[in-house]
Amino acid sequence: MTTLNSKVPQGPIKDKWTTYKENVNLVNPANKRNIDVIVVGTGLAGGSAAASLAELGYNVKAFAYQDSPRRAHSIAAQGGINAAKNYQNDGDSNYRLFYDTVKGGDYRSREANVFRLAEVSGAIIDQCVAQGVPFARDYGGLLDNRSFGGVLVSRTFYAKGQTGQQLLLGCYSAMNRQIARGKIEMFNRHEMLDVVKVDGKARGIIARDLITGEIERHSAHAVVIATGGYGNVYFLSTNAMGSNATAAWKIHKKGAYFANPCFTQIHPTCIPRSGDYQSKLTLMSESLRNDGRIWVPAKIEDAKAIQEGKLKPTQIAEENRDYYLERRYPAFGNLVPRDVASRAAKERCDAGYGVNATGEAVYLDFASAIARYGSEKAKVQGISNPSKEVITELGEAIIEAKYGNLFQMYEKIVDENPYKTPMMIYPATHYTMGGIWVDYNLMTTVPGLYCIGEANFSDHGANRLGASALMQGLADGYFVLPYTIGEYLADDIRTGKISTNSPEFDAAEKEIKDKLEFFVSNKGSHSVDYFHKKLGLVMWNKVGMARNEKGLKEAIKEIQDIREDFWKNVKVPGSLNEMNVELEKAGRVADFLELGELFAKDALERNESCGGHFREEYVTEDGEALRDDKNYAYVAAWEYTGKPSEAILHKEELEFKDIELKTRSYK
Amino acid sequence: MNLTLKIWRQKGPQDKGQMVEYKVTDISEHMSFLEMMDILNESLVAKDEEPIAFDHDCREGICGMCSLHINGEPHGPDRGITTCQLHMRMFKDGDTIYIEPWRAKAFPVIKDLIVDRMAFERIQQAGGYISVNTSGNTQDANAIPIPKKDADLSMDAAACIGCGACVASCKNSSAMLFVSAKVSQFALLPQGKVEAADRVRNMVKQMDEEGFGNCTNTGACEVECPKGISLENIARMNREYLKASII
Amino acid sequence: MSVLSSSIARKVAMALSALFLIIFLIIHLAVNLTSLFSADVFNEASHFMGTNPLIQFAMQPVLIFGVVFHFVMGFILELRNKGARNVKYAKFNGAASSSWASRNMIISGGVILAFIVIHFLDFWIPELNTKYVLGDMSGLHNGEFRYFEELQHKFVPIWRVAAYIVAFVLLGLHLMHGFQSAFQSMGFNNKYSGCVKTFGKIYSVVIPLGFIIVALFHHLNH
Repeated sequence: MTTLNSKVPQGPIKDKWTTYKENVNLVNPANKRNIDVIVVGTGLAGGSAAASLAELGYNVKAFAYQDSPRRAHSIAAQGGINAAKNYQNDGDSNYRLFYDTVKGGDYRSREANVFRLAEVSGAIIDQCVAQGVPFARDYGGLLDNRSFGGVLVSRTFYAKGQTGQQLLLGCYSAMNRQIARGKIEMFNRHEMLDVVKVDGKARGIIARDLITGEIERHSAHAVVIATGGYGNVYFLSTNAMGSNATAAWKIHKKGAYFANPCFTQIHPTCIPRSGDYQSKLTLMSESLRNDGRIWVPAKIEDAKAIQEGKLKPTQIAEENRDYYLERRYPAFGNLVPRDVASRAAKERCDAGYGVNATGEAVYLDFASAIARYGSEKAKVQGISNPSKEVITELGEAIIEAKYGNLFQMYEKIVDENPYKTPMMIYPATHYTMGGIWVDYNLMTTVPGLYCIGEANFSDHGANRLGASALMQGLADGYFVLPYTIGEYLADDIRTGKISTNSPEFDAAEKEIKDKLEFFVSNKGSHSVDYFHKKLGLVMWNKVGMARNEKGLKEAIKEIQDIREDFWKNVKVPGSLNEMNVELEKAGRVADFLELGELFAKDALERNESCGGHFREEYVTEDGEALRDDKNYAYVAAWEYTGKPSEAILHKEELEFKDIELKTRSYK
Repeated sequence: MNLTLKIWRQKGPQDKGQMVEYKVTDISEHMSFLEMMDILNESLVAKDEEPIAFDHDCREGICGMCSLHINGEPHGPDRGITTCQLHMRMFKDGDTIYIEPWRAKAFPVIKDLIVDRMAFERIQQAGGYISVNTSGNTQDANAIPIPKKDADLSMDAAACIGCGACVASCKNSSAMLFVSAKVSQFALLPQGKVEAADRVRNMVKQMDEEGFGNCTNTGACEVECPKGISLENIARMNREYLKASII
Repeated sequence: MSVLSSSIARKVAMALSALFLIIFLIIHLAVNLTSLFSADVFNEASHFMGTNPLIQFAMQPVLIFGVVFHFVMGFILELRNKGARNVKYAKFNGAASSSWASRNMIISGGVILAFIVIHFLDFWIPELNTKYVLGDMSGLHNGEFRYFEELQHKFVPIWRVAAYIVAFVLLGLHLMHGFQSAFQSMGFNNKYSGCVKTFGKIYSVVIPLGFIIVALFHHLNH
């Protein structure tokens, strides 16, 4: 077991990044023209990195599996992006954002990285406004903010319910400008299938053109992986259908350590499952918890009647409702962090108080918000003694103005009017805090191979706060990587073009081709989805919101069995040299089947409960997560040695010099 | 419910395609349209047939990938939604449903229901951006106040997801709603005004070169647009274009 | 700005020629309506329009150019637009999202063109013949102005009145879409847009109705 070198600069935390920037190696503009960089993935992290590197003068090749960079799943983020601008003058600062993020992450993130993130957060907003991102504004024409879970200030900037889309369109427009200049060569509908190492350094990738099926070789002096998280290991998640872990898993197999795979975020406010046919879960913005109150029936017989469809939620009297978040966490109430809210919902549903036919749903009720807003509005309008109907009407109008698009989305999916009857929500897999281990430079354990955005592990510890994913993706891509990559590339100015006619490329290509050939020629009996669903079920039931030693051991065994079955019985129709959607899925599921096992192994190894990782054996007397800072204040980085079960653990001990380690309390 | 589906099948870009009939049974009204397609594809794989290729990704109506022309309308009979948000409760037992790809010369079919929308990419590359480097040294975000009305209108235009339903619904296969949304978003903001004239000229030129038809103001695009992009944007683009060309 | 080079320029050219024709229709109808009240006023007005050199040699060529341009451009655009969709939909439900009138401007326009051909054969060519071939610029027939007489005479056959009505109903539909469309094409969009739309609707009912009333009036009162 070695100790990993995170290469965090010396000095006080406030000066680390400044000192680093002042001393980092630079590449002169003439030399940048001779250096190629590959960026895989074009979400917020990849898109911003590709645009920034091209602006600096590097030749960038960018890859996306979608037909346009604008469609990456960053686009689906609704609520907002955090930045310590302190425009509201409510006491925000870089330090407070840093503190909230480390605390929210349950003290499992690297202090220096998080501080840097907070430090550059303000510049992100400046940059996006300059690019024409239409953030919400108040009547004075200045930027508006709102509040999110787990913090006590309003620092979230937003663009209606489409913040992710607008920020991504900002990156995309910056990319377009570079594509037009010829500085970015864009490869749409291409999937990276492996990284190629030459002399121990990452020097290129093998990609498949998803339209023609052609296997292509691309070389570069550095490779940046920005391919997002691995939430689809659960089959059902809020990720896009195509979101996958292949790039991340392939670089792991080539030497990049995989850190904290068990840290996965289960988002509390998703629309519950309606049947076995379901292919995907839909997230409702966390901002709903600003005004919605979460409850289940207090009496088990009421819950039963609701599950059988004999009782309606509106028929349950106030005193027979259990607002369990307000009851358990009076200080933060319905705005506790995501992991806490999700677990509390699961706890109630497991106890039998769930409120739909499957017993896996809780209510998110806007009735009190409607009444409160309605009375205020009536007062403003000078209506004396307003009737209940008038108050409801006025209140609903305000709720509509705030959350109209979300309410409409809910109604389209569930076919119930959430203004009149409470919404039903249930937690679903949403984000993965774990990912490829990177140092302060965002470089993996393979020289020249970088990993940014959700795909890396660095900033969110064991739990991510709302509106911080967008911040991290853009910070990495716009403001961190463009500096840190120079440190490495400064040594490459005399290397010259990297040839793709080398034994390393030959070998990587052959390996890929053989595997694809196997898929289309294996006359199996089950579709790819059959295996993916089986894996997802094991992951959800045994490596989901609550885990225990017995379940994890079973899960590891079951995943191994599914994997074995997959390699014998998978069926992929169609051929290699054409667009073949089933073939694409087969490769991705093959990787999930390995990653899932490492995930369970990591969860088994971490004998504590922290953030999104909840071990039933490690709880306080009142059922809260029990962290073990003495033994587990480290990053678990796994080295691949041939099989997930034989992965070797490397520890990066986490030092907390600027924040005192405390038990998180939202009570 | 049980349904008859008539679906466009086309092996590759150069092949000739045709409508093929399929039957699906026991479809729940709570399913989404694409889940129904998933079930059909599962059954095709079970029969060793090639599943139907269709574009989709986020399945929550924001990525703009899904693009099915259902019963004569892009994204089907419901309003304000994408194909992935369409639910089977919009159909009745025994219905026959036509499923086709977007049809436009500028959107050639790649396979089955998947079309090539690179024309949209090239239009955006022609000027759909503000030329500012990501230096991190731009002025403070609050340095230029923007009237809320303009910011809101800009946001409304920026809501476009680039799915192409406007082109698919237009009898002329015109892309003006798409292009005008982008032109408007920037034209409404002070940051975008600097390059406004070049932007609109270059984007319109590229749009014309791609082979889209011309707008005749039927308004079909606005009705079928999943994000409710307003025709006012086209008027604004016309105005911007005239201003850029005359002055 | 080259009129034939960009899509938006073509739209604007269509809109400008349309607005010119819309104004022309008002003048034409105003002259026609006088025939309902007074044969003399109608004769005076017709003679003025038919012999004033400014109108004959300045306005008339502009009008003809406007008409020809609007039609030729309309057909060119229609053909190009058809070409922009090389494979047709098996099922296309245009009615779900747009009005019949807006989708079929080429049909209403084509019928109007057919009507104009008849109209030219009926009035304009005989008029040119009388004035410029035979050289009779007097406007007189048997010592009296001939215009009112000719007008009444033309509306005797029921088939011509029927064709007239059909053409003007389609003109109404053409205007119903075309009027507001012309403003939209020129980028007119502000707080007065609503008024323009309402006015356009009134216009596209009132103007064709006026022409129809004139035709019916003379058919019934000859």
